[in-house]
Amino acid sequence: MSVLDSVKFDADGYLEDPKVWTKEIAEAIAKREGVTLTERSWVVINYSRKEFETKGEAPTLRAITKNTDVDTKELYSLFPGGPGKLAAKVSGLHKPTGCI
Amino acid sequence: MKTFLILGAGTGGTMMANKLSKRLDRQEWKIVLVDRDETHYYQPGFLFLPFEYYAPEKVYQPKRKFVPSGVEFILSDIELIEPDANKVTLTKDKQVIHYDQLLLATGTDIHPEEIEGMNEGGWRKNIFDFYTFEGAMALRGFLKNFNGGRVVLNIAEMPIKCPVAPLEFMYLADYYFKQRGIRNKVDLVFTTPLSGAFTKPVSAKLLGDVMTKKGIHTEADFAVSGVDSGKNTISSYDGREIKYDLLVTIPTNMGAEVIGRSGMGDDLNFVPTNKFTLQSDKHQNVWVIGDATNIPASKAGSVVHYSAETLIENVISAVEGKELEAKFDGHSTCHIVSGNNKSLLIDFSYETEPLPGLYPFPVVGPFPLLKESTFNYLGKLAFKWVYWNIMLKGIPFPLPPEYSIAGKQRVA
Repeated sequence: MSVLDSVKFDADGYLEDPKVWTKEIAEAIAKREGVTLTERSWVVINYSRKEFETKGEAPTLRAITKNTDVDTKELYSLFPGGPGKLAAKVSGLHKPTGCI
Repeated sequence: MKTFLILGAGTGGTMMANKLSKRLDRQEWKIVLVDRDETHYYQPGFLFLPFEYYAPEKVYQPKRKFVPSGVEFILSDIELIEPDANKVTLTKDKQVIHYDQLLLATGTDIHPEEIEGMNEGGWRKNIFDFYTFEGAMALRGFLKNFNGGRVVLNIAEMPIKCPVAPLEFMYLADYYFKQRGIRNKVDLVFTTPLSGAFTKPVSAKLLGDVMTKKGIHTEADFAVSGVDSGKNTISSYDGREIKYDLLVTIPTNMGAEVIGRSGMGDDLNFVPTNKFTLQSDKHQNVWVIGDATNIPASKAGSVVHYSAETLIENVISAVEGKELEAKFDGHSTCHIVSGNNKSLLIDFSYETEPLPGLYPFPVVGPFPLLKESTFNYLGKLAFKWVYWNIMLKGIPFPLPPEYSIAGKQRVA
């Protein structure tokens, strides 16, 4: 049984309740998405979680690259495709949306 | 005599100056309003300028015209805000103003220089913004002589002022080229860093096919990495490269530089603000309204209007030494012009996404929500008069500022 069986996800695979997130869940989501987490990935995840705890939402790409030592290029290699969405997903946060 | 200082005489600052001049005891309080620019622009009008719906002179008026009597208006840039010392230094004559209460209404501006290559060779030649009067007018000049090719719109990053304006631009462009009989010679491409044109479940469900129906191609998850104005291409970090003949950009939006300089902003110079009370997170006598805040509401005039009702109550409570009781709910109402003299109306809050139904409006209403109609469009056109004559003057509107679910339909 996977640690993911005990938590709920939305239709796009984002954790429904960011508060139930644990490091084990992050590892399991990453595995499901086909991403290997490194020490550098954790710099991004830990920052994203910290931002969520103070601001209530996932940080933007700009905030990640400005406030950590991970630049945009590295961010794309750590979370291939769409780092904004994938980093949020692994960090147990909701994907960024517009107003409509 | 105590001083209430307002920085910025845009929509929020002007509206609050009018409200404060009626509510504060004028024997006790002096109100000072500072802005670096003499001209007030009706910003919703910028969208229409490139397509020649409005004569340019319809979208601006002198700021002084809306400053209530007895309020001191100073024309100057701001050098520094020192909130721990309760003082502000102006650029003009290095004048220092000591305040008792401060309202930041310093807005947001576009920063094309944040994107590599954006404001280089092609800037205002075949790369334009329409979030400034100058940009919208330059684009108007370009479109007159544009007879076909690929039009690419790019949103650099969120948040942006009026998040629906880029969509409206695409719809109006589609209609404009049809009117000119050259739609078949124009490719329209919408590039967004979000996962699509519509990201909220109900909007996506009800409006998801609008872009395709209008023949507008959406390039989603497009995080712009740079522009090459020699090759006329725009690229994304994941390696996509799109050729353009005309690039319309919504560059990075940032708060005023003085906010950053004064150490009062976040990464984008927006001021950390309590989303319910509109008080600065750090200083009890500092208040923030409109685009200058970091609250998770749209950067839009309607948000300024609704939140001003909360802010005035909280400011009055604070100066009277009472608890802050008024809470802003993130209420926002926006028109989305969709071309062919039609528009959609959306109404939402922090908690509730845009829903279909009817929006009650005294006398002329109700307006249909999340649905195209000509009636909505007439409402949008009439709004310019309402803005200049009612909203800016802080005259109460016959509509409650709180978000209401009445008339709306829940969609499964």
